Amino acid sequence: MSHVTTRYFCKGVLGAAAAAALSLPAMAQDPVDGGTLNIIINPEPPILMLGINQQGPTQAVAGKIYQSLLTYSKELEPQPSIATDWEMSEDGLTYTFTLEEGVTWHDGEPFTAADVVFSYDDFLPETHPRWRNVHNRLASIEAPDDHTVVFTMEEPFPAFLMSFSVDNAPLIPKHIYEGTDYLDNEANQTPIGTGPFKFEEWNRGSYIHLVRNDDYWKDGLPHLDEIYFHVIPDAASRAAAVETGQVHMSRAEDIEFFDVPRLAGMPNLEMTTEGWEMYGPLGWLEFNTRVEPIDDVRFRKAVMHALDRDFIVENIFFGLGNPATGPINSATLFQDPDALVEYDYNLDRANELLDEMGLEPGDDGVRVSLRLLPLPYGETWDRLAEYTRQQLSEIGVDAEIEAADAGTWAERVADWDYDMTFNYLYQFGDPAIGVSRSYISDNIRRTLFTNTMGYENERVDELFNLAAGEVDPEKRQEYYSEVQQILTDELPVAWLIELGFPTIYDTRVHNAVTTAIGTNETYDDVWIEE
Amino acid sequence: MATLEFVARRLVWAVFVILGIIIVNFILLRLAPGDPAAIMAGQAGATDEQYIAQLRAQFGLDRPLHVQLYTYIFDVARLDLGFSARQQVPVADLIFQRMPATLLLTGVAFLFSLGVGILLGALASRRAGGWADSFITVLALAAYATPIYWLGLMLILLFSVWLGWLPAYGMATIGGGAGGLAYSLDVARHLLMPALTLGLFYMAVYARLTRASMLEVQDQDFVKTAKAKGLPDWRITRAHVLRNAVLPVISYAGFQAGHLVGGAVLVETVFGWPGIGRLAFDALLQRDYNLLLGVFLFTAIMVIVFNIITDIVYTLVDPRIEVGR
Repeated sequence: MSHVTTRYFCKGVLGAAAAAALSLPAMAQDPVDGGTLNIIINPEPPILMLGINQQGPTQAVAGKIYQSLLTYSKELEPQPSIATDWEMSEDGLTYTFTLEEGVTWHDGEPFTAADVVFSYDDFLPETHPRWRNVHNRLASIEAPDDHTVVFTMEEPFPAFLMSFSVDNAPLIPKHIYEGTDYLDNEANQTPIGTGPFKFEEWNRGSYIHLVRNDDYWKDGLPHLDEIYFHVIPDAASRAAAVETGQVHMSRAEDIEFFDVPRLAGMPNLEMTTEGWEMYGPLGWLEFNTRVEPIDDVRFRKAVMHALDRDFIVENIFFGLGNPATGPINSATLFQDPDALVEYDYNLDRANELLDEMGLEPGDDGVRVSLRLLPLPYGETWDRLAEYTRQQLSEIGVDAEIEAADAGTWAERVADWDYDMTFNYLYQFGDPAIGVSRSYISDNIRRTLFTNTMGYENERVDELFNLAAGEVDPEKRQEYYSEVQQILTDELPVAWLIELGFPTIYDTRVHNAVTTAIGTNETYDDVWIEE
Repeated sequence: MATLEFVARRLVWAVFVILGIIIVNFILLRLAPGDPAAIMAGQAGATDEQYIAQLRAQFGLDRPLHVQLYTYIFDVARLDLGFSARQQVPVADLIFQRMPATLLLTGVAFLFSLGVGILLGALASRRAGGWADSFITVLALAAYATPIYWLGLMLILLFSVWLGWLPAYGMATIGGGAGGLAYSLDVARHLLMPALTLGLFYMAVYARLTRASMLEVQDQDFVKTAKAKGLPDWRITRAHVLRNAVLPVISYAGFQAGHLVGGAVLVETVFGWPGIGRLAFDALLQRDYNLLLGVFLFTAIMVIVFNIITDIVYTLVDPRIEVGR
């Protein structure tokens, strides 16, 4: 509670000085210039133009090429990137950003406030669904001079300052894209940004090569000469590549979770699950609440009691993550552990609830048969589906696993053609951005990552709405606490795990994960011991 | 002359076969649930209707299906395979980028399996039931029965992880920058395990085919005659037995050659080999229709070409066979 409020009291200027004080140098060693960093990239990104494609691998590569106004500390405090200072007006309607001077694009053209206005008012609203959401709340974006940008909101939206991570708000060069068909521009194949690394070559199926930007606007940076992203499609081969030192680093789900403890234990490798605070990935069992008997909250509670979340974290995810207890990840702002309704692992209680519903078992001990779609993202999720099937059979629920590839899964979930499925969503720091979208009734749509469950509660709608526009952090917390209480009581989904994605890296690599966006960071301060 | 006429007739047929292949593949692909727009939206982690509609329009998926099919056939007729929806690059570029890697891998595996397979089969048949025969038969059976991906993983474990002799994946050291001979050696080191993994399976097939076929031929009268003439053993085996026994091997080799360009999905995936098979597999998972159709079409053409070549090779090996009717 208290850390949340203090964080929001220091609104407005949180400049470079404070940021520097927060990130004290942990290493006594002096950085070494030069060297090549080798990172696994999987799956291979479709294109590297971050304004058009925001898949995980695209972000990791393009995050070195493109930049945004801000980045974020692991505690989700805004940090300077292209913006040196920022200020919110008293009424919460105007945000003024001061830009770094002397920034150039990779092709040598100067970067100015006009590029910022173009990116956020023209380009991204066309191509980027998440930015579109932010843009809808804006009345205007103006550039009074070359190094100042002023955003005016329609209504107060304090989560606005959380919208400037590079994946959400990459800066796009106006001189290349203005007046063109953004999606069909040939320049999309040769991305131009302001970042510390320039696109050099993409040998599809093998590697992506980035080289040092010698004209980078931070003097003396980046340390590295070049970065290679290695495309390795097979999980076992990826593990071998890390183990043999052919690559320095793996990220996200590159390494199957069962291999992580082994690799993390090797003396020349280091593992961390930090660097995902901005995304706060939350995994859950999603209910289609239109289906009988799932529409009865007692059924959903029974399922919650039947799944041992500690077991899931320890044995299926190999300790990578924490048991989830509610709709807001503990890394995200405004989580309130005291507001949550708790569900212990208790099969008797689960059976009682189902008996209470009058859901009698048949001769074969089965009360009801339901379809369960595993998430098609690798072995861990298959194991989770098998475990869930096993546990549900203990309470007389027959979960029929219907495995599907990614395309089929996406279509079926978007079409509400499932009874239960697994999913995980990013929360993007603030509940107004990444949490409310799953539970408000306005967002019941035939589209992935909306309220596909079909959950409706007027009070929940109202609370999310009030909180999104509330400038006073204490009041916001009150709204969010109440909404967490209601949601954990009504269970639109069964939250299972706050995912802890591992970044595994060679001990000679420094600063691999320093901020809330982890391996999507620019890597201008990353260096390798010789 | 007869050969030319044969080839011409087969080529005319090929046009219809290819047209059929395009139509069937096109329809089959569209029967699979999901489309590239839905998948890209799914992988982006956040989406809205406008984004999906935009992608569908960009990929041309918003037009009626028969219009899409008609457009595709028309484009193919003008040798235009279209754009990969996902990667925004011409399909032909992608295929030709991946072609050399696949040809190198499958070509080496092909030569290895054919050469070693026939040699082993011939050796085994010389003393059927002897220890050499038993050893070769067991080896062939093991190679035939071992799942290809498992063998690949075990080789990686042994030679890359434990011994550290060979690189675990890829076609060349990334960022190696070497040229000329050094580069060739580097590629050879990367090629060794995948080519062996892929080749062993086919080697087993050829060894067994050759052995069985040679045993059959050995008992025939002309072999006895050759023996009676006092010809040396090796000459009988090479000139009389093997030459007569090799036809089924050629049929199978022709079949395998047709698949060379299709790549080897499993081996290419396990060893991170940047070939056509993986391109097709990824395209399938991503419902990248144009790319997948392009690979199918290309592969189909190659199968047809190799079938024609195989038929002609028959006539060279065995003059009694004529191409024709």
